[in-house]
Amino acid sequence: MSLTPEQVRHVAKLARLRLSDAEVEKFSGQLSAILDYVAILNEVDTEGVQPTSQVTGLENVTREDAVRGTVGFGTPGELLACSPLPKDRDQIRVKPVF
Amino acid sequence: MTSLLDQTIHQAHQGLRDKKFSAVELTEACLKQIDAHNAGLNVYVTVTREQGLASARLVDAKIAKGEEIGTLEGIPAGIKDIFNTRGVRTTCCSPGLTNFVPPYDGTAIARLKEQGLVMLGKTNLDEFACGSSTESSCFGVTKNPWDVTKVAGGSSGGSAAAVSAGMGFYALGTDTGGSIRQPASLCSVVGLKVTYGRVSRFGVTSLASSWDTIGPLGKTVEDVALVLGAMAGHDPHDATTPDVPVPDYVAFKDGVKGLKIGLPKEYFGEGLDPEVGEAIRVAVKELEKQGASVKKISLPMTKYCIAAYYVTMPAELSTNLARFDGIRFGNKPDDEGEELIDYYMNQRGAAFGDEIKRRIMVGTYVLSAGYFDAYYRKGQRVRTKIIQDFERAFSEVDVICAPVSPFPAFGIGEKADDPLAMYLADVMTIPASTAGIPALSVPCGFTKPSKTAPKGLPVGLQIMGPQFSENLILKVGHAYEQATEWHKQKSPIFA
Repeated sequence: MSLTPEQVRHVAKLARLRLSDAEVEKFSGQLSAILDYVAILNEVDTEGVQPTSQVTGLENVTREDAVRGTVGFGTPGELLACSPLPKDRDQIRVKPVF
Repeated sequence: MTSLLDQTIHQAHQGLRDKKFSAVELTEACLKQIDAHNAGLNVYVTVTREQGLASARLVDAKIAKGEEIGTLEGIPAGIKDIFNTRGVRTTCCSPGLTNFVPPYDGTAIARLKEQGLVMLGKTNLDEFACGSSTESSCFGVTKNPWDVTKVAGGSSGGSAAAVSAGMGFYALGTDTGGSIRQPASLCSVVGLKVTYGRVSRFGVTSLASSWDTIGPLGKTVEDVALVLGAMAGHDPHDATTPDVPVPDYVAFKDGVKGLKIGLPKEYFGEGLDPEVGEAIRVAVKELEKQGASVKKISLPMTKYCIAAYYVTMPAELSTNLARFDGIRFGNKPDDEGEELIDYYMNQRGAAFGDEIKRRIMVGTYVLSAGYFDAYYRKGQRVRTKIIQDFERAFSEVDVICAPVSPFPAFGIGEKADDPLAMYLADVMTIPASTAGIPALSVPCGFTKPSKTAPKGLPVGLQIMGPQFSENLILKVGHAYEQATEWHKQKSPIFA
């Protein structure tokens, strides 16, 4: 399963990863090798086999939509402080979308 | 000083209660090891000297007032740098998070703090826990205390080395495809991968949401069992923790008489280092001497486990790492670009190492339109068949014994340029992760000594059990350990 540099650039863009030309070339070979290896799964007959999404068997774990307790996960100020971008009236200022 | 370090958690606890030494003295003994050896071994990414000593002083104050202390109170430990620790840098050993300071503690940390945790610092790991050697950490590799030319294993290499080098009485790690068991095995410490959902993952950076577990590493099975008991149990903040009661994991009743052990033939074939194979065979004989019976079994899906993992895990990883975009947290890119898409592309291009980029791209590819059924869905269906393999096996035997790693600690740099060769190192640990079952790694011997490994390289025995059978596999591990001397061996670093 050989990935062309074009395919690698396309996947990198989907994943929002800037790659240099050297990286595109290096990753093309490595990714192709990995995808070649996982093709071994085609040997397995999975006709009628349900896919496994999770192994706990739990279903529909829900809770009341209410603020719980006083255990904090950070004040608004602490959470905003985690951002490297400028803040403006409790909002994070980002680059224009277009 | 080192005699303070040469104690189990229970012994240290007794010593504190009997006022033979203080929690501050225990902490300073660990810090002395860190001061002497951390630069050489690269175990701790961040050392929290003042915070650790402050916690220890609080415990000593309680003891001075004659108050009762819990078993873990005042016992110093290292925490893998993927657990959120309030106010203390948590980097996941990733270039993009070198300055991230979480504003809250994860549940496991909060539970341990309630029980008097003395945190020595944050230990090194493969970036975002993706690796088997700790070589992909942005802070460099952790060296194996038994042979500094070899890796400590991964991704919890720092945690395993910390316990092995006397830089903590226990450590926390994560195990998604083997990342607690393999470094434990390579460093001669005990490491436990729990049943998926046994311990809350709230506040731990996610790698693969349907595979991740968190767990303890320690010098003895009892130590590991004590830490597990302190953290385990349902958490309303982690919807994947079933409400299963937490038993007394150190009860260790009745030994292994009558226990049925399965030896899967697929784990003893070509590619297994002969010295590792021999150590495992001798270890299983010891359990037979204690009254267990051994049955050869087959887990025919074993050869497909790595592929199923390396299709579904990267897919889940790519989704989980999508949040790292330098907006709400993370480092800014040097070139912020003109538009948001440039900011994202530049930020993420700089934020991740090669292995992470590889896995994100594999994941993005297998989830993309046109490939989803052929890869991701196929991987999930194969996973079902792997789970059925184990269900069938556990209808015939109580536990399954096997090696943890096909080879002992490998050379630093040996596999770093060959991603696929690195993935194949996980062949014996991935199956238990696939089925969500618990598995323990317990020291069972050493390879022949060499010039760089004067005491030889450690080998670990893997004991797997059905879901929520931690008390059973811990009991088996404890019975084996107490009949052998491996847990008393100290690494050359342990002066």
